[in-house]
Amino acid sequence: MTRSGTARSGSRATTQRLHVNMIECDGHGMCAELVPELIGLDEWGYPIVSSEPVPPHLAKHAKRAVTLCPMLALKLVERNRR
Amino acid sequence: MTVPQLLRYDGRPRLLAGWLGTGRAASLAEHLAVNGPLPLDAVRGLIDTVTAAGLRGRGGAWFPTGRKLATVAKNGRAAGGSHVVVNGAESEPAAGKDKLLLGAAPHLVLDGAELAALAVGATKVTVCVHRGTGLARAITAAIAERARAGWGGAAVGLSITVMEPPRWYVSSESTALANFVGGGEGKPRDVSAYREGVGGKPTLVSNVETFAHLGLIARHEADWFRMAGTAEAPGTALFTVSGAVRSRGVYELPVGVTGHDILRMAGGPTEPLQAILLGGYGGSWVSPGVLAAPFTPEALRTLHASPGAGVVVALPIGACGLVETVRVAAWLASQNARQCGPCFNGLPAIADDLARVTWARDRTALERLRFRMSMINKRGACGHPDGVVKLVDTALRVFGPCVERHIFGQGCAGLYRPPMLPVPAPPSPNEGWR
Repeated sequence: MTRSGTARSGSRATTQRLHVNMIECDGHGMCAELVPELIGLDEWGYPIVSSEPVPPHLAKHAKRAVTLCPMLALKLVERNRR
Repeated sequence: MTVPQLLRYDGRPRLLAGWLGTGRAASLAEHLAVNGPLPLDAVRGLIDTVTAAGLRGRGGAWFPTGRKLATVAKNGRAAGGSHVVVNGAESEPAAGKDKLLLGAAPHLVLDGAELAALAVGATKVTVCVHRGTGLARAITAAIAERARAGWGGAAVGLSITVMEPPRWYVSSESTALANFVGGGEGKPRDVSAYREGVGGKPTLVSNVETFAHLGLIARHEADWFRMAGTAEAPGTALFTVSGAVRSRGVYELPVGVTGHDILRMAGGPTEPLQAILLGGYGGSWVSPGVLAAPFTPEALRTLHASPGAGVVVALPIGACGLVETVRVAAWLASQNARQCGPCFNGLPAIADDLARVTWARDRTALERLRFRMSMINKRGACGHPDGVVKLVDTALRVFGPCVERHIFGQGCAGLYRPPMLPVPAPPSPNEGWR
């Protein structure tokens, strides 16, 4: 948490959350392997994505999961207004 | 008390006024006689008028129409164009209000759609109607009648056409309709229509009843509209009442009347009731005590329900709520768009669990069902799975004693009664999504 929590990368990461386009998702499960802290899988292998903002220390892993999704179904989006 | 006499709602129907006199579709001449000419001068400022009137969408979500118009207008300016879709697909099996309204007052609906299009700056309007009902032909004829008379839209450069989306339940969802109108399949998308709808352009998708109200608001102004209904949900609304009532049908009533008032309009219950299905098949079962509450979005929200699309089904004590729910849940499960894993896996799974609870005394299925419902809720691209979860979840609550009887094999009198909720035959495999 403290290591990567610099003001620069930190302030950006806290405004974003992960969003999966369920229509595109085929349940490969790669994302859940890469950021298990934020993504679990249901009994059919489809991701259950945390709606919380991505904490700074996981920002790098979240970005990697977005890049490596075989269906390009995972995105980082600005957090919805509450 | 302090409201001046002039501002009181006279109790007369607004949308169905002409039809109740003749019992058939209003011609353009009859429409003119009842409602007056198309108020094209109301287009400027119409978004503000609709906002002031407090109109909310009658397709089920009760979203403020003024805000939706403003958003599409703004997005449309940025995107260089927008589109208007009139949602008359009415895939809700227990609802009949949209078909009735399109059949009874086509010109009022078309007026509202054209005025909305002019207000948001759209040049194209597409009216989507239920396939195979003859409505497409009737609306096409009404559009031709307007063109001949030089009435409205066509005269000011609007193009207005009719389409018949496929009969799947999810095809009447707003993003699915926009996708279909734009030449794609009638399947939901992951992006809202007001941002990216028909042909990628911002699109206003609203229910036919919403447009009909809009056609009247443009003529009579906001204060007139607010004479009926509540402060938060003004106006009248159409309710489709069925089940154990004397006169099933569509009734127009001011928003804010109680469930008892609505059932009284339908001649009252024919038997003592054990529950009411409210809103639609993705709606809520409620106990008869809820009939005393005003049927507004606000009052019903605290009771885990919504007026939704105005569906009210009265279930008598002799029926089995679980059997009714199993049939509907299985049908809804078959209506998924095969797109989202949690939906196309999860809905058949929970329908199967509920069937095991109902028919096979399976207690572990009940636990699994509860777990799966929490698992799939809110995880589809559209609200289809959430609606099925709400239906089944409220069934387990309202029919709690019945669930116990089924699980312990104590027998349920309703098992031998013919089911009450209509479940259409699934579309043929050739129905496709176009």
